[in-house]
Amino acid sequence: MFVFLSRRLLFLVATLLVVSFLVYLLNEAAPGDVARKILGPYATLEQIALLTEELGLNRSVFIRYGEWLGGLFTGDLGYSTLFKAPVGEIIWDRLANTALLAVIAFALIVPLSIVLGVAAGMRESAALDRSISLASIITTSIPEFASGVFLASIFAIWLGWLPGTSTLVRDGGWSITSQLVLPVAVMVLYDLGYVVRMVRASMADVMREPYIRTAVLKGLSWPEVVFRHALRNALIAPFTVILLQINYLVTGVVVVEMIFAYPGFGRMMLEAALAQDIALIEAGVVVAVFIAVSTQILGDLAYMILNPRVRLR
Amino acid sequence: MTSEPSRAGAPSVLVFDEARISYRTRADELNVVPGFSLSIGRGEAVGLVGESGSGKSTLAFAAMGYLGHAGRLVSGRILFEGEDMAGLSAGELRALRGLRMAMVYQDPMSSLNPVMKAGAQLMEVPMRRLGLGRDEARERALAMLAEVEFADPASILERYPHQLSGGQQQRVVIAMALMSEPALLILDEPTTGLDVTVEAAVLDLIGALRHCHDSAILFISHNLGTVARVSDRIAVLYAGELVEEAPAGELFEAPRHPYTRALFNCLPGLARHAAIEGDPPSPGARPEGCAFAPRCAFAKPGPCTSEPIALRASGERRVRCVRLPELAPWTLPVPAATTARAEPPTDRILDVSKLTKAYRVGSPLFGLGEGSRRVQALDGVSLWAGRGETLAIVGESGSGKSTLAGIVAGLELGAEGVVRLNGVPVQHLKVEHRPEALRRGVQIVFQNPDGTLNPSHRVGYALARALRRLAGVERRRLPAEVARLLDLVRLPRAYAARKPRQLSGGEKQRVAIARALAGAPDLLIADEPVSALDLSVQAAIVNLLSELQEARGMTLLFISHDLALVRYLADRVAVMYRGRVMEFGPADEVFSPPFHPYTLTLLSSVTARAEGQSEGAGEGPEGATLAVGCPFHHRCPYKLGSICRDETPPSREAGAEHRIACHIPLGELAAIGASSEEHGEENRDAP
Amino acid sequence: MSTGSPILPPGAAGEPLPRTAELATLWRLLRSPVGALGLALVAFWVAVALFAPLIAPFEPNANDYLALADPTPSGVHWLGTDNLGRDIVSRLAWGARTVLVIVPIAVAAAYAIGCLMGLLAGYIGGWADTLLMRLSDVILSFPVIILYMIVLAHFGPSAINVILAVAFTAAPSVARIVRGLTLDLSNRPYVAAARLRGESPWYVMFVEILPNARGPLIVDGCLRMGYTTIAIGVLGFLGLGLPPDDPNWGGMVKDTYALMSVYPHMSLIPCGAITSLVIGFNLLADGLREVAGDE
Repeated sequence: MFVFLSRRLLFLVATLLVVSFLVYLLNEAAPGDVARKILGPYATLEQIALLTEELGLNRSVFIRYGEWLGGLFTGDLGYSTLFKAPVGEIIWDRLANTALLAVIAFALIVPLSIVLGVAAGMRESAALDRSISLASIITTSIPEFASGVFLASIFAIWLGWLPGTSTLVRDGGWSITSQLVLPVAVMVLYDLGYVVRMVRASMADVMREPYIRTAVLKGLSWPEVVFRHALRNALIAPFTVILLQINYLVTGVVVVEMIFAYPGFGRMMLEAALAQDIALIEAGVVVAVFIAVSTQILGDLAYMILNPRVRLR
Repeated sequence: MTSEPSRAGAPSVLVFDEARISYRTRADELNVVPGFSLSIGRGEAVGLVGESGSGKSTLAFAAMGYLGHAGRLVSGRILFEGEDMAGLSAGELRALRGLRMAMVYQDPMSSLNPVMKAGAQLMEVPMRRLGLGRDEARERALAMLAEVEFADPASILERYPHQLSGGQQQRVVIAMALMSEPALLILDEPTTGLDVTVEAAVLDLIGALRHCHDSAILFISHNLGTVARVSDRIAVLYAGELVEEAPAGELFEAPRHPYTRALFNCLPGLARHAAIEGDPPSPGARPEGCAFAPRCAFAKPGPCTSEPIALRASGERRVRCVRLPELAPWTLPVPAATTARAEPPTDRILDVSKLTKAYRVGSPLFGLGEGSRRVQALDGVSLWAGRGETLAIVGESGSGKSTLAGIVAGLELGAEGVVRLNGVPVQHLKVEHRPEALRRGVQIVFQNPDGTLNPSHRVGYALARALRRLAGVERRRLPAEVARLLDLVRLPRAYAARKPRQLSGGEKQRVAIARALAGAPDLLIADEPVSALDLSVQAAIVNLLSELQEARGMTLLFISHDLALVRYLADRVAVMYRGRVMEFGPADEVFSPPFHPYTLTLLSSVTARAEGQSEGAGEGPEGATLAVGCPFHHRCPYKLGSICRDETPPSREAGAEHRIACHIPLGELAAIGASSEEHGEENRDAP
Repeated sequence: MSTGSPILPPGAAGEPLPRTAELATLWRLLRSPVGALGLALVAFWVAVALFAPLIAPFEPNANDYLALADPTPSGVHWLGTDNLGRDIVSRLAWGARTVLVIVPIAVAAAYAIGCLMGLLAGYIGGWADTLLMRLSDVILSFPVIILYMIVLAHFGPSAINVILAVAFTAAPSVARIVRGLTLDLSNRPYVAAARLRGESPWYVMFVEILPNARGPLIVDGCLRMGYTTIAIGVLGFLGLGLPPDDPNWGGMVKDTYALMSVYPHMSLIPCGAITSLVIGFNLLADGLREVAGDE
């Protein structure tokens, strides 16, 4: 167990280094550009050369990457050229906003997907299974921008029950809570179907296992068979998948944030990418990769705990 | 053949009355069991024998009222303790299951819930069904585990299924089924897939339990020999129809139906050229009249092929054959004379000396340091085969016999030791790096017929490719050569256009043999070539291999778990156990005393006791590796003492070419062998 | 010899012998309502893409300023026009062509790379496996959408860049699937038989192993077409990747969703188009899986 954890943590650090370096390299491919980006199109060549010198941009990319890395450890994430502010001041606010959406969505997705997936998978090919499966396929097939448009046109424009934008500012008399409803709904709608299908597939597999037959032929009641014998086995495989959704919910919701003008992490990254704001991109990438790899580790750990067969003695 | 043939006195626990069972498929309805009648009296043990697809498991699940969505009882009745199962509500059915009727089936690992401890699964019946408290349930579980011969029941309760060996798992499953003293216990292939010695132990256990519990038993198996050990009465099933039913003794004395007789003739080791040609019909294509007629040597067009055949009863026996009165009385086929070669082989085509190979086995998911351990697959293996001979390597799973084959063929590399093919050391050469002549010289026929042929390729392509690569046949001569190969293995030439999924298991094995023979190899390795086939198909394949070996003068390395099967096939036999050669020598010497105790275990029913104790001690067949000592010491009934555990046994010369690795002096081994052969003869009468 | 379950005994399906397996699969697919609907949706959009020049009544970028007064559906513009007076039917048809050219190419590229990686990792094993799979892990641990944003913002919008970005991010997950299948299939006796007759590793990988992995790969490929369609739509919606002039469904939504309260049709129609195509791919995959399960 200990070896496993330390290996995975080592991999996490290695991934972070590799990825951040690659991104660094990508953005630094043309060194003159950085100063140009900061100073804008009307700066003179002298001004650019001066700033390049000042920022140390003409030194080797490895040295500058090393410096950036050093800054990372002292908590200095660099300066955002886009927002004209230290990266640290921007990124945590945005991340907190996104995390708010993610937590609510996750809290809905987990129980819903388990209930629906288990209900569908426990009797394969029954009417309930067919309807849940079909509904999941259809909801996962709707791109987020499309479901955003569909939901907004129904609930914001046609019915007028909810706000069409979620800027987290109390304008137009809409409470913060009401502003969260549509973004969360889009996220849940898009993601839920996928997880439901995973749970359903696993449950259906388990229900075909001979040990379920054993339980039935022992004369146990249907709820006993499902809850005592099938459920835990059926959740082993999808558990990792469920945890990986955290990853999507935090770093993959650019579109939702765009549609609803939500001041979140994804939109910040899009703006940074379009403005070539290196410091902000780097910091965002490190955060994103950190979240991705740590959810993976968490998923593997959970798998080991749930499955006695791989529990290390 | 109306209603149940009631047994004198005993009221029937289970009655099939003209039960007709079908499965709905997407296309149509498949009639798996066309009409089946059988009754099982209180406390009686009835064996049901049939090949795969004969409908025997369907009948078992029908008896439990568990046919799934697709299956249904079309007509007829199934009565349990006098009540018609069709009339029971779901609740009433549930009340019977687990309490009045219980079932054990094949593959115990998958019949136990992997995330629940054995104890929790055992205690479920008393707690949830009988309403007992936790402590009382635990007491019952412990008592039942002791009854199925676990030495330390308390530790078993705390284990997860994967922490038990196959034999232990099956004993837990049997204990679970007996928790509520059911009136009917159905055992569906309970020992299939277990090692021979473990199987013997489980069978003995079932036999012993019968006398302490008054449960009636329906014992289902594909294996006549297995059924015979626990049954009072035996019913033989073919293509869903009962073809013969008789008290076990009577049936073994004189099987009547041609199919039953053919099955007896196929029993391994009894005779050589007694194969049943062809395959059993699939339920969709059951022929008119007698289903066995197309494969029956006595079938007569007309009476056998037009009308449904009725069961005829005489005494306690029922037989479904119109030509019964005309059939000659059955005689036990005379075992073919051992094909002892007059002159000893001139040279050794294969010479293995002190071959050692270890694997690292990690936890399958993460492959980490902690869960991994070393498994000694081969430990100082020495054996050889002369040119043109058949060498049989016999051993249970985990004996290293397939690893050995892999190293000889160059599919994996051995760690230490020497393997010589035609005098050339090859143990360090992977097949990809072997010189072409050497590579062509060794071919393999594999165990699993389903994986042996590439499902994407037609038979013709598979054979043509082998001909081109192994024999360098020109493109334009390929079709003729493919046809020749198909003739050789007695398959129709039209099969060249078929895909593997259109072939039966036996046909696939024939194609695999043809493919292996494409380049006329010097050494053909047959790795359990028939163990996955039905009994009636096995003999034909073994015969084919043996004939081809003789006709072509090639060397056959025949790997098997079944000592009896190789008896009349092999010139030389190596008996392996956990990576070591326990005994090696000419076949007639290996099959006569002195025996290695393990050989004796494989040959006789001494197995049971030995296995029972060792399994109770918690040592599975793939237990820890050992560097010294005899690997068989903790199962050996003749163990001398600590010497067997601590010192590697010497290799004793029992004959010029006969070695036995045992601490027991040869004289004593000979005495043990002689005395147990007498016992063995008694058992052998009722195989 | 194993008859453990009450499910059909082996060899029970009395299937007629000579008939190509592909035709039989198609036939069974058409008989499953889900699969048939999926196939119909995909076929519809493929036809639209093929015949876009015939279907589109106007140039996709032609502005009809007269229609701007009332851009809603009319006799001239059957589905109305967008905020710049461009005909929505024409833009939909040409947009179908954009997506149905880019998506298959991107998926095919991902498969070409992924299959090679997966086969090498699974069959050769050892260091090749470690290297390729670590590499995949690194790529997979990177949030896809952020990767798209960085790469495409940097390299600028073009169809080739989109294809490369999609292939680059999808290849590792294809590789993982192929590797898993390869690990399983390379233990089959027929692979050992091929090695025993001296076949090269390439022959074994591409002739013995890959064809038998096709079932799961076709299903996965179908699902991946769906995902990739969504990804292309998202890129269009974010204004990344595709040149702004090329009609694409995501871009159509981007241009018009601000006007949703006034002219909802402008964004609802392309949203419906992309959704129906993705549903088509996913239903098709489900149908194929069901059909494969029957075999």
